[in-house]
Amino acid sequence: MRVLDVSHLRVEFGTEDGRIFAVKDVSFTLGRGEILALVGESGCGKSTVAMSIPRLLGDSNVTIGGSVRLNGADLSSLNEKEMQAVRGKDISVVFQEPMTSLNPAYTIGNQIAEVIRQHQKLSRQAAKARAIELLELVGIPDAARRLGAFPHELSGGMRQRVMIAIAVACDPQVLIADEPTTALDVTIQAGILDIFRRLRDTLGTSIILITHDLGVVADIADRVAIMYAGRIVELCSAQDVFSLPSHPYTRGLLGALPARAVMQGGRRRLTDIPGFVPPPTTDPDECQFAPRCPRATAECIIRRPALELVAAEHEVACYHPGPGDTP
Amino acid sequence: MTRFILQRVITSVITLFLASIVVFIGARMLPGDPAQVLAGESADPALLEAIREQFGLNQPIWVQYFTYIGQALTGNLGVSTRDNIPVAEILLQRLPITLELAGLAILIGLVIGITAGVVSAVKRGTFVDYVATGFGLVGLSVPSFWLGLLAILLFAITWQVLPASGFVGFAEDPIGNLRGMILPATVLGIGLSAVLMRQTRAALLGQLSADYVRTARSKGVTRGREVSHALRNSLTTVVTVLGLQLGALIGGAIVTEQIFVIPGFGKLIIDAVAARNYPILQGAVLVAVTGYVLVNLLVDVAYAYLNPRMRLSGGSE
Repeated sequence: MRVLDVSHLRVEFGTEDGRIFAVKDVSFTLGRGEILALVGESGCGKSTVAMSIPRLLGDSNVTIGGSVRLNGADLSSLNEKEMQAVRGKDISVVFQEPMTSLNPAYTIGNQIAEVIRQHQKLSRQAAKARAIELLELVGIPDAARRLGAFPHELSGGMRQRVMIAIAVACDPQVLIADEPTTALDVTIQAGILDIFRRLRDTLGTSIILITHDLGVVADIADRVAIMYAGRIVELCSAQDVFSLPSHPYTRGLLGALPARAVMQGGRRRLTDIPGFVPPPTTDPDECQFAPRCPRATAECIIRRPALELVAAEHEVACYHPGPGDTP
Repeated sequence: MTRFILQRVITSVITLFLASIVVFIGARMLPGDPAQVLAGESADPALLEAIREQFGLNQPIWVQYFTYIGQALTGNLGVSTRDNIPVAEILLQRLPITLELAGLAILIGLVIGITAGVVSAVKRGTFVDYVATGFGLVGLSVPSFWLGLLAILLFAITWQVLPASGFVGFAEDPIGNLRGMILPATVLGIGLSAVLMRQTRAALLGQLSADYVRTARSKGVTRGREVSHALRNSLTTVVTVLGLQLGALIGGAIVTEQIFVIPGFGKLIIDAVAARNYPILQGAVLVAVTGYVLVNLLVDVAYAYLNPRMRLSGGSE
């Protein structure tokens, strides 16, 4: 069952120096209870994809094209007021920076109760009771007492748990987590990922997890979308991405993973991907990875390859998918 | 929190003590002899000596200071050299008038300043923003004495809707009192509102792009709620500026009271300077300083209320 259906999403920013093509034609679906990881390096457009779904880009110079459907209903046709009813209730977000994402002037109880009372007709007391329940759900000990705490009194990991409590307060169908563990210690990271797994298992929440950490992907994701220069280049199951990586860029990412080199006996050198990411100011009709690609041929710069099935539920945007450095 | 306030109170007391010394010495550094002013140009030296004896002016300055401060602590601020009326009595008579004027001015300044600041920050880059920012610039640049004269010219002479001057006690005639106060209070409040407007706008613009505002947005709250999230964190700056502006407000009140002929503190100070009436001058300035210190103490407490992180830095950690 599809909960979210993103098709031909385009996001452009108008700046003084011209247009920035942040997202160029991205399509994917998200099933109920599914965890989809959006993976790519900084600037590939993964966060922009995530923030454009609940329309949180908040910039007057932004143009969003394509459509986002939630249970079949087109979100792009909603006005701002109708969108407010969706945010926090059907689609909610956990942000990357737990240190600054909470309001320093309000208690955490206040900030959790705000989203509850925004979407549900609950009394102050009932909202408070629900807030305690949520803090327990995300594993904050002594929840009733912590309601009166201010963000600065909590550690980064605890703040991120509070952010998750806010995000799941109204049992959203889709939870978007934008690098939720990047700013945290590795030991805390596992605990946070555990919460996501539990939410998926108990409430059937569908999760879009933005990350550049393939370790996180291996740990928790069901499916993976690898993004490069504003496009998805490979979309497959989490197993396939590690066992059958087909796009040369995906293979490059995996080659640069220290843990994998260790697993393979520790004698292999880490590889890097030569060249640089193309600037987002153009959108030429060619494979944008071609200049850095060991398998590139003339064909790659004549026409852009589209996402095509190479195996069951495994799509790759490449004329020469498969292992090895030469086609 | 208690410890934080206690610390601020102790600092305030020290500030007041130092201020009293400065005021005392400052008054005596004014050129001119109070005895001479009282007795006239061609007075008999024996008479001058008698006057100096009466007010203790012939004693060493530090003896004068300690006598004065000792009495001041018991509420005795001395007597006016001109008419022998106790200074405290005169001050109590004049103080409420200036307090009313300043209070109304602060109220007007806050309402106009914060509203205009919020509107121009939220509607940044629109016509409304330019109008509000323009108003802020004009409000800052126009001196209050000119604004006061302009207001009298328009409202009292051309349109004849409000009185140009003259003060009626609030107890005698509340309506008449407010009618008389509205022009001077507005004139005094405009300058304040311009400063507050610019502070509110700048602080709010900074806060509106903060991560926590995006979080609020992601919860599905209205734009108004988003702004109130940001405003709460902007008010700390605004409140601080308000406290600092109080000095300017006292200065402004002196000028405004002169223009609108209001028998408040400002007029009292100017008259006391002219008459070298040390006790009145000292008493009035000391009370003004106390007010300033007291308000800034309140500002600090308000600051701690608005910004929870301040409560810790006060000491309990």
